[in-house]
Amino acid sequence: MAQIGYSEKVLDHFTNPRNVGIIEAPDGYGKVGNPVCGDLMEIFIKVKDDIITDIKFRTFGCGSAIATSSMVTEMAKGIHVDEALKITRNDVADELEGLPPKKMHCSNLASDALHEAIKDYKGKTEDQGKNK
Amino acid sequence: MNDLAPDAGAAMWFWGQSMGKIYLDHASSMPVDPRVLDFVTSNLKSGFGNPSSLHSMGLEAKRVIEDAREKVARLINAENEDCIIFTSGATESNNLAIKGTALRNMGKGKKVAASAIEHISVLNSMKELLKSGFELGIIPVDSTGVVDIEILNDVLTEDTPLTSIMYANNEIGTIEPIRELSGIVHEKGLYLHVDATAAAGRIPIDVQKDGIDLLTLSSNDMYGPQGAGALYIKPGVKLQPILLGGGQERGLRSGTENLFAILGMGEAAKIMKSEMKQESERLKEIRDKLIEEILKVEEAYLTGHPSQRLPHHASFRFSRIEGESILLNMDMKYNIQVSTGSACSSKTLEPSHVLLAIGLKHEEAHGSMVLTLGRSNNIGEIPLVTRAVKETVERLRGISPL
Repeated sequence: MAQIGYSEKVLDHFTNPRNVGIIEAPDGYGKVGNPVCGDLMEIFIKVKDDIITDIKFRTFGCGSAIATSSMVTEMAKGIHVDEALKITRNDVADELEGLPPKKMHCSNLASDALHEAIKDYKGKTEDQGKNK
Repeated sequence: MNDLAPDAGAAMWFWGQSMGKIYLDHASSMPVDPRVLDFVTSNLKSGFGNPSSLHSMGLEAKRVIEDAREKVARLINAENEDCIIFTSGATESNNLAIKGTALRNMGKGKKVAASAIEHISVLNSMKELLKSGFELGIIPVDSTGVVDIEILNDVLTEDTPLTSIMYANNEIGTIEPIRELSGIVHEKGLYLHVDATAAAGRIPIDVQKDGIDLLTLSSNDMYGPQGAGALYIKPGVKLQPILLGGGQERGLRSGTENLFAILGMGEAAKIMKSEMKQESERLKEIRDKLIEEILKVEEAYLTGHPSQRLPHHASFRFSRIEGESILLNMDMKYNIQVSTGSACSSKTLEPSHVLLAIGLKHEEAHGSMVLTLGRSNNIGEIPLVTRAVKETVERLRGISPL
């Protein structure tokens, strides 16, 4: 049956989002979306030995935008950046016990923001490698 | 459930109150007045025949429908009850008024016009006419939602058999200057259709003095059951049916009448008329206080007209946050039900065309919140509601990167 409203888990992450905030001088930063479209999210990561040791987010958007941001930070915390790059939009939705169909495309951007942050981190470390 | 008794105080009977909810979304749906339910159930015991049947049971059903017709006619001061035909709701009334009138009168011209903030059932009916070769003129509104009279004057010609302008808007509460607009429509075009779904029973409507040719009404927007609406048709106005069949409702709306909903709509209209003045004054006081308090929130703005607005209607936008989140937060954390015109809450994922029409940018339109009051609300709820709004806005801005 098609999902009509939000799952308990989405509502939980919307009401009590995990890892809200910013990280000063992050090792990686990703930002996706656009306020004109109604969703904008940014993710900050702290990385040590390619492991994501800390992660924070800030999101402008609907309930699922906030819930997916919160969920993706939980999923990525403590794992290797290459593993984190494998987290897809569907994985985030599955962890949230599903999203209403129309929300799958419009506001399920959190994994994209995470990937951007990791790319930013990788770009920086490559640059440092070149500078050495 | 004593608080559901029909004679209980007006503020007491709504089921929501006993559940600790504060329901502020009366523009979306309203509870059926228990007095209406009582009336319908007691009358249906004898009137269950088919109104088209000629035996006594049919005639009794016919009699109760005619009684309902008279009550609806009185609410809007129609010339007589024959001016009212019953439909399944406002959407059908709008479709019939627009397509039925334009197609029947296309010999006089193939132009139609509508304000930019009409309900989607009006705008889509108008767009459907494009396939039959009609031209559509959209009349813009100003930043408070009032129809631009100069442009209306420019757009209308004698080739315009139908113009549609709503009495009041359900998203921003603005009341249109219908009497003035009808003067222009009749000077230059032919017929004026008015969608009064949001306004009926809230503010006085007099189709004769206002100069209205066709007027849409909805049962559920007056505490009547869902599934009934009405269309007022001024004597002499010609239109053709869009539903064909057995010729019920003067041949303009075939199909066996929805007796239950129609009886309820009649009684609901009668109660709205008798209680309108007192109830509107009561709600206006709550509305004004709500607006005053909510506008104290930083970067909160009223949408719609500051004074020419429905007495039960308060609508806002907040910068840097999104409307569906506001709705969810108000519901989950405070048990308060509100509405929003944000894209995320719509089926099309587009922000409200009404908010865009009053000149808001997309990102501004996303942060809207609409509060519509009803009989269950009382002035004592204001501190709770304003605190909930303030905390909701603060919390969401705390999460927002903007």
